[in-house]
Amino acid sequence: MTKEEIIQPENLVYKKPEMLNDTPMHYCPGCSHGMVHKLVAEIIEEMGMTEKTIGVCPVGCSVFAYKYVDVDWQEAAHGRAPAVATAIKRLMPDKLVFTYQGDGDLACIGTGETIHALNRGENIAIIFINNAIYGMTGGQMAPTTLIGQKTATCPYGRDPEIHGYPLKMTELAAQLRGTCYVTRQTVYSVGAINKAKKAIKKAFQLSMEGKGSSLVEIVSTCNSGWKLSPEKANKWMEENMFPFYPLGDLKDESTKE
Amino acid sequence: MAEKEITLMKGNEAIAHAAIRCGCDGFFGYPITPQSEILETLAELKPWETTGMVVVQAESELASINMVYGGAACGKRVFTSSSSPGISLMQEGISYIAAGELPALIVNVMRGGPGLGTIQPSQSDYFQACKGGGHGDYHLIVLAPDSVQEMADFVDLGFELAFKHLNPCMILADGVIGQMMEKVVLPPFKPRKTDEQVAAECPWATTGRKGRKHNIISTLMLKSEEMEQVNLRLQAKYKRIEETEVRYEAYHCEDADYLICAFGSAARIAKKVIEAAAQEGIKVGLLRPITLWPFPSQIINELSKKVKGILTVEFNAGQMVEDVRMAAAPGTPVEHFGRLGGIIPTPDEVVNALKTKLIK
Repeated sequence: MTKEEIIQPENLVYKKPEMLNDTPMHYCPGCSHGMVHKLVAEIIEEMGMTEKTIGVCPVGCSVFAYKYVDVDWQEAAHGRAPAVATAIKRLMPDKLVFTYQGDGDLACIGTGETIHALNRGENIAIIFINNAIYGMTGGQMAPTTLIGQKTATCPYGRDPEIHGYPLKMTELAAQLRGTCYVTRQTVYSVGAINKAKKAIKKAFQLSMEGKGSSLVEIVSTCNSGWKLSPEKANKWMEENMFPFYPLGDLKDESTKE
Repeated sequence: MAEKEITLMKGNEAIAHAAIRCGCDGFFGYPITPQSEILETLAELKPWETTGMVVVQAESELASINMVYGGAACGKRVFTSSSSPGISLMQEGISYIAAGELPALIVNVMRGGPGLGTIQPSQSDYFQACKGGGHGDYHLIVLAPDSVQEMADFVDLGFELAFKHLNPCMILADGVIGQMMEKVVLPPFKPRKTDEQVAAECPWATTGRKGRKHNIISTLMLKSEEMEQVNLRLQAKYKRIEETEVRYEAYHCEDADYLICAFGSAARIAKKVIEAAAQEGIKVGLLRPITLWPFPSQIINELSKKVKGILTVEFNAGQMVEDVRMAAAPGTPVEHFGRLGGIIPTPDEVVNALKTKLIK
């Protein structure tokens, strides 16, 4: 069988979602963002929401998410995506509205907006990329940087005496009455990717059902910021991030009426 | 319904009523004195049950201005209101709205500053409102009401200007105008725009990419050349606004020997000053800028050639006076009289200032 014969629609087992365009991504090789973008695109397509979705991107590495996924996007000021999304969803309740934010954006400068949007139970989904570092600005300490982890602004390792403790925003979010679904996932293996996809899809669906706010944390790699190869970054994440940021659902009220 | 519905209410309440009546889609705000009646009145009137207008009490002014950004980027008629310290907190968001060329309305019912200041009326945010306020080269269209009636009228006017020029518009009121009660004729009801109207009038709005390419609202341009082009486009727009949107009231200016330049409630005091001065045989006129930006420089220049001097009366240490000096013909004496910290000058004080500073 020639290559041309094999490449036939009936033999197709996988294809890039149409929502994901061909613009070359600016993400570093090994970064988790590309995978999560693809999942978001796939889910929007599967839900038939391509014409009814408004995404809100943050300030940080994913500031350019709007370049890659062909839905309507708003680029928010640093940390304010949940406030921006609140207005969009309140004004257009029939639209799928989600934010896509990193740890610096969501868990530091935007902590107030995140907690209050979730606590109001806005019918939005928040995708939270936690890679324990500020990627875009060159690897500084994030609110989620682990104790002992070295970054550009804690070069001798994060010391709670000086820098305080890593913030578990997802655990906080699970305590809030307004959230219906709070989960922590990762995308470092095929199995994990499938689980993360189910989680994001569930969050999107719940927002359309008017069940309240969802938060999906994706424990992610930043091999450039961590100064590790993609492979070693995955291993480092497994050994250091997962014990402190354990994977799984923290809250699921999806079946509650 | 009576042909003319005359009611008695506060300036802040008039803003709320006018917003519902002029097809406003959403209000996002945070309590602060002396403007809290705007949110309170909206909450009491429950427009979400009648016109469908959304009202959200945000967690901060940071959140409310960014909610306005989100709503404006959907082509909706949305606004926020606050008072001086809260408006300071909003400046980053206002800069984003200006950069994104989004139509939005911001109401500032000014109180005395700097810092936490006082809750008494002031006009000390003139610089902030008219000279940028946030980062970058941008302008707001700034409307200065001098009555409860103008508070009501400027809501629709502000939205119209914001959508016409795709630029944020600010109603810059002082605490007097927000708090005082006056009779007002509320504007007639007009419906909120339908989705189809928004799609037709705001093809840039992020409402879902139905039947078109996806829309992106972003103010990030990493390439300097692109950023310069954005700036040049903005500057060309500001020039158009300066050429077409100047508004002012000229009162008793025809044969005046002296001119008072004042806005908001300071202009109300100036009208009393004109009466008092006339009794002493001094002919004084008033030029009241209604748009503080674009500033009515041309008329001030024309009038400056006919008078012996100009006095600006402001509840601040001398802010608008700088623009009056720039507008006035060279050699025109231009003086400033102001009270600070929330104190409202009496007409007698102003007459006295006129005499000592200009007539001598």
